[in-house]
Amino acid sequence: MPEAAETVLRLDGISKSFPGVRALSDVTFSLARGEIRALVGENGAGKSTLMKILSGAYVADAGRIEVFSEALTRPSPAAMIARGVAVIYQELAQAPHLTVAENIFLGRLPRKGLRIDWPAARARTAEVMQRLGFDIDPAARLQDLSVARRQMVEIAKALVRDARIIVLDEPSAVLAQAEIDQLFALVKRLARENGVAFVYISHRLGEVFALADTVTVLRDGKAVFDGKASDLNTQILIRHMVGRDMGDVYPKRRTKPGTVVLETKGLSDRTFLREASITLRKGEIVGLFGLAGAGRTELLRTLFGAEHPSAGMIEVAGAPASLRKPRDGIANGLGLLPEDRKTQGLFLIQSVGFNILSASLSRVSDHGIISARRERETVRAQIDRLSVKTPSAGAAVQNLSGGNQQKCVFARLVAADCQILLADEPTRGVDVGAKREIYDLLVELAASRELAVLMASSELPEVLGICDRLYVMREGRVVKELDARATSEEEVMTYAALH
Amino acid sequence: MTLALPRGAGLWIALAALIAVSSFVSPHFLNPTNLLNVLRQVALYGILGVGMTFVILTRGIDLSVGSIVAFSGVLGATLMEQGFPIPATVACSLAAGTVMGVVNGLGVAYWRIPAFIMTLGSMVMIRGFGLMLADGGTVNPGKAADNFFWLGGGYLLGIPTPIYVFSLVCLIAYGVLSHTTFGRAIFAVGSNDEAARLSGINVPLTTFAVYAICGFLAALSGLIFLSRLSVGDPNSGLGLELEAITIAVIGGTSLFGGEGGVSGTIGGAMVLAIIANVLNLAGVSPFSQQVVKGAIIILAVLLETGRKRRN
Repeated sequence: MPEAAETVLRLDGISKSFPGVRALSDVTFSLARGEIRALVGENGAGKSTLMKILSGAYVADAGRIEVFSEALTRPSPAAMIARGVAVIYQELAQAPHLTVAENIFLGRLPRKGLRIDWPAARARTAEVMQRLGFDIDPAARLQDLSVARRQMVEIAKALVRDARIIVLDEPSAVLAQAEIDQLFALVKRLARENGVAFVYISHRLGEVFALADTVTVLRDGKAVFDGKASDLNTQILIRHMVGRDMGDVYPKRRTKPGTVVLETKGLSDRTFLREASITLRKGEIVGLFGLAGAGRTELLRTLFGAEHPSAGMIEVAGAPASLRKPRDGIANGLGLLPEDRKTQGLFLIQSVGFNILSASLSRVSDHGIISARRERETVRAQIDRLSVKTPSAGAAVQNLSGGNQQKCVFARLVAADCQILLADEPTRGVDVGAKREIYDLLVELAASRELAVLMASSELPEVLGICDRLYVMREGRVVKELDARATSEEEVMTYAALH
Repeated sequence: MTLALPRGAGLWIALAALIAVSSFVSPHFLNPTNLLNVLRQVALYGILGVGMTFVILTRGIDLSVGSIVAFSGVLGATLMEQGFPIPATVACSLAAGTVMGVVNGLGVAYWRIPAFIMTLGSMVMIRGFGLMLADGGTVNPGKAADNFFWLGGGYLLGIPTPIYVFSLVCLIAYGVLSHTTFGRAIFAVGSNDEAARLSGINVPLTTFAVYAICGFLAALSGLIFLSRLSVGDPNSGLGLELEAITIAVIGGTSLFGGEGGVSGTIGGAMVLAIIANVLNLAGVSPFSQQVVKGAIIILAVLLETGRKRRN
């Protein structure tokens, strides 16, 4: 990066709050022409909020944004694009059935009178591809390209729109190593030769050193580090990312693990899992930590019977179990708290009672006929036990807060007499106070009902805060088992993130 | 509207207003004979509406009911013409309709064909089967069937028999939807099929079953139509699937699944039957009646989405 280069982007004192969460507070950073700045932080640190502010999708509560020394009074997606800021999301916003040329010129295809000038569109696409050194056919359909190539198309699209500042959101999460190398070479070349400035969001630490000139570390919505990548090493970077005061965010607990209730040996599937072996005992809470795409969700869903393993075995209470569908999982005493509450967990338009009872209808019915009295009693008991805050059992679950919605899913599992609780990101999308309630609930369930809990989480502090043991996953493998009380965030992150 | 009304109340208010306007428009409307006729229409279409309600609650659609109505009528007439006794005829026609529903159910639930496409295909095929069976014409069941016409045209204690059939269908359907695990599964599948699967609900079986039920009720309705028309006509029942969908939707069953029920469907059938009746009494041409019916569907859905947006 040339010294004293022109500043192209400046964020000053940016703050943004959501109900119950302060996502960003007083974040300041600047970007010079040709600079590659890594934006790192744990999940929930505020990276995606900051990115949405850069794209104009969110408007900050406080602070100012300057693009090319012009202060934006009314940031909006259109305003950011017009000023040359392009955000490339991990989930690419593309039209897969259209060709490369159509995607690149989407909404601004060259015209001849009223007709689209296809030869011109293809020629200009080919010219851009050649300039970038991409070997991509303008007439190819996007769906026929690899993810890496689709990403390149997206970058080409940004450049065609004269983007001078490109924000990349964890692009490497979906790429193979060779593709990552290719992407890095391109980013570096565009920065050095064309002066494009990049914000590169990632939580893979190795990439930060391989690519970035400068680094901003976000933690709990604050920029805790801003400096040159060359001043950092992995140890220091991890400390910046995770260093926080745990205080009494997590409940104190004492466990005496009982007999083994769940064991897997060499569990694999066709896409993600690679010979995952874990053991779970009665009354214990075991964490499953890994970065996005490590295979946590796949492991939990396979254990529950929602996905099919291609190899390996699962033993429940010492006997081999055949789990071919979720019903088998429930019959074996397993319960899954799915990753996405709204699309996989809840019947949003239905009542709290309906949601709590959906997995245990056979327990409140005889020959398929539901007993209104037993239904009412079961629902009441669960609402009381889990202190679900709802006006009534008949209220629509969509009107409850995130934390209380999550409790309804827990209540469903408890009502179905679940013995092994598989919780996938149990505190995702709930505010800080409700998090504590969910931790208390997990601890209480593990202690009083001798439930075995396997909890997948991408929030390291919570894994260390409430688990007895934890398994670290990386690229579909369980790479390490650690004692949650004897390890450190740095050690866990080393196994999860380093190659 | 600032008044907070309970869900579905709008339908009954609209129905009351409709009755008031109708009695004002035509002095014959409140005539007992006319009212019983209206109720007979309610029963005929309502049975289809109930079947459609089951399907729509799972977020599906069944376009084949009109064809099943025609086919079961033609089949019934043919069997009676061949000298089959009435109970055996009824059983065969109902079984045939159920089998057609079963095929729809297999296609949608197990072969994963979109409901719209599956039942569009079977709609055309079943219409073809009816035409083949009747050899393109109509089938006269003959003298032996005289007793059969009581089912659609007769009276019991002064009330048309189809009304009894419809009432029984509604009672059973209400019981199933409100008080059984199967009913719960239907609502669960319609509101979120992934959550239903993860709750251990047998999603394909539930989906399959609603199409079988819809086919059965369409055949039942077909038999009543046969006894009204007194011939088996393979071209009868055209557009009845739209009638059934309209009834369910006016009755507040959401096309997005998981919301609605039988009581609304009864109201929906009444609204539609009264509108048709009063337009007839007022001498409005059948062509204009079509326009009115179409407008009512749009209005009903518009009011429903408006209510949702306010919530």
